Amino acid sequence: MLAKSQAKKFFLGGTIGFSVVFLGLTVDTLRQVPARSHADALTQEVLRGRRIWDKNNCMGCHTIFGEGAYYAPELTRVVERRGKDWIRLFLHDPAKVFPNQRQMVNYGFDKDQIEDVIAFLEWIQNVDTNGFPAKPDLAPAQVKTAGAAGGKLASAPPKFKVVCMSCHSLDGQGASVGPALDNLSGRESVTGKEFTPEYLDKWLSDPQAEKSGTAMPNPKDLGVSLEERKEIASFLLSHGGPQGGVR
Amino acid sequence: MKYKSQRVAYLFFATSMLLLSLQIVYGFIMAFAHLGYDVLHPVIPFNAARATHINLLVVWLLSGFMGAAYYIIPEEAERELYSPKLAVVQWGALVVVGVIAIIGFHLNWWEGRKFLEIPRELDYLVVVDVLAFLFNIGMTAWTARRLSTTGAVLFGGLLSAALLYLPGMYTFDNHVHDSFFRWWVVHLWVEGVWELIMGSILSFLLIKLTGVDREVIEKWLYVIVGLTFLSGILGTGHHYYYVGTPAYWLPIGGIFSALEPLAFLGMAAYAVTMMLRGGRKHPNKNALFWTVGCGIMSFVGAGFLGFAHTIPQVNLWTHGTLVTAMHGHLAFWGAYATIVLGVIAYAMPGLTGRQAYKHWSSTWAFWISNVGILGMTGAFAVAGVSQVYLERKSGMDFLAVQKAIEVHFVGLVLAASLFAVGISLYIWNFIQYGLPQANVEGNSSVVAQAEPAAAE
Repeated sequence: MLAKSQAKKFFLGGTIGFSVVFLGLTVDTLRQVPARSHADALTQEVLRGRRIWDKNNCMGCHTIFGEGAYYAPELTRVVERRGKDWIRLFLHDPAKVFPNQRQMVNYGFDKDQIEDVIAFLEWIQNVDTNGFPAKPDLAPAQVKTAGAAGGKLASAPPKFKVVCMSCHSLDGQGASVGPALDNLSGRESVTGKEFTPEYLDKWLSDPQAEKSGTAMPNPKDLGVSLEERKEIASFLLSHGGPQGGVR
Repeated sequence: MKYKSQRVAYLFFATSMLLLSLQIVYGFIMAFAHLGYDVLHPVIPFNAARATHINLLVVWLLSGFMGAAYYIIPEEAERELYSPKLAVVQWGALVVVGVIAIIGFHLNWWEGRKFLEIPRELDYLVVVDVLAFLFNIGMTAWTARRLSTTGAVLFGGLLSAALLYLPGMYTFDNHVHDSFFRWWVVHLWVEGVWELIMGSILSFLLIKLTGVDREVIEKWLYVIVGLTFLSGILGTGHHYYYVGTPAYWLPIGGIFSALEPLAFLGMAAYAVTMMLRGGRKHPNKNALFWTVGCGIMSFVGAGFLGFAHTIPQVNLWTHGTLVTAMHGHLAFWGAYATIVLGVIAYAMPGLTGRQAYKHWSSTWAFWISNVGILGMTGAFAVAGVSQVYLERKSGMDFLAVQKAIEVHFVGLVLAASLFAVGISLYIWNFIQYGLPQANVEGNSSVVAQAEPAAAE
């Protein structure tokens, strides 16, 4: 039968032994981290971005490397996912991008601070994380159209790609927060009205006025000028009616 | 209660009760935010509520551990506390640091590192406070004629916890280093040295409540804390899968995390076996419920759910989702909240000379809070697993997924309401005990055994 002194030896021996192994692995890890994290790319901009990240407890809602809280999106690869232009737009005034939805605090960052945060997130993205976050393996395959080399998107206005496609999709590409925008002409809108050139213009000029509480932001608030808005509208209506399209 | 100075434990226990209540309030603020009712956003944004919620947890548990130490160490060292006055000052300092930290969180003053949000300036005050605590406990043990194994393990756990706070106080430029050493504090606390504290309190309670021979109980205490470190130290590796550290942490973390439930299974088997072996029919059944409940719930929450979540191929998908919240809630409840509630339930009759454990509220508090937290764990599990499949596996947008799983937070709020009823009953029972009395004589188990016709 096990004696108390043997139990004590088991405790002390195990603890000391495994602590030594752990310290050895720590030394090796610290040796490898600079290369794995591209420590040479830790510029002043990145460090300032990191300080902004810590100072405002961004980890209190978001995660990076999967660490933090689960109230707001994982940001390890956010620069790749959203693009810098979109992040600039978003951080300038988060509530305008996602009206009537879960809110982020508006920290009132100036342009330089926004660039610092982006630099930090870009540095994070380049750290070797052993494959985290994994690519969704049950996601439907991207729809490839006949004109895969460019398709409809080849002629899309630049602002459409940065702003609209962060929520909507076209030709199977983009996001699925808002409805897909294929074959918009003549389609019924969320307000029940048909998308004619006049109505699309009215809708885009002030979505809240058309449907109170909608999650659709006002393009004007996202830096889309009047000319750009008209260009986007005519681009969307140039793809024919709902026949055979996705409603 | 054998020694008058043990009374100081009451201050810490009462503080724990107050902070636990506040923690639950902040939990509700977060649950309602998840439901879309983030009405307090302008005053208490989610990150402030979250930092407050988890730091209140850490502080009420630490306050409970300190109270437990002030109660247990004199009894195990067989002498009065070295300085009861210092203990009161140290309690006051702990409260002041806690209050400043929590107000600070609401004013955007923090470090922004999960679990270690307390700003650096306050960290130094925490260090001074903990040094005063350790000095007091240490001197009590040092000047004693003898110190039991239980007392020594408890002191060792508290000292190691203090030492392991230090790696969290260094600023690294590289976020990967920061993350690496943050886990030295957080993981090696909760899956390492805090288990020494938990194990020793469990051992103390089992000795007092079951009447099983001290030598037998303390022998198994060594085996269990031995298993804790055998698995827990390299088990830190499960935090190093995806944070920029080398890939060998995947197999190392995976294997040793899989062994971590053994220590908790040991705790559960330990508590149940000793209860069954114990010949003594201790009247404070409520304390025994919490003690055995701790053994079992820590195995389920920390051991089993931890194991399920830290297998590397599972963790690749569940890491950073509500699945972590599922494991976290039951693990902290099972391993640490219940042991603190257990030691309070045991100590109160001794401290106050009253037997409020006979009141119906004490039994109901135990069952309702445990059923409530199991319901909460279930709600987090459904929300978390749904999130994993919709967002991580199918690539749906974050906000769209949050909308889809919102309904599970209704379940969470209902279960949490039940939990809050259980905790309210516990606190009501705590209040019924009244204040500690100066003239309580004899040791607590004798007081409790006497089955008095005295005050009910």
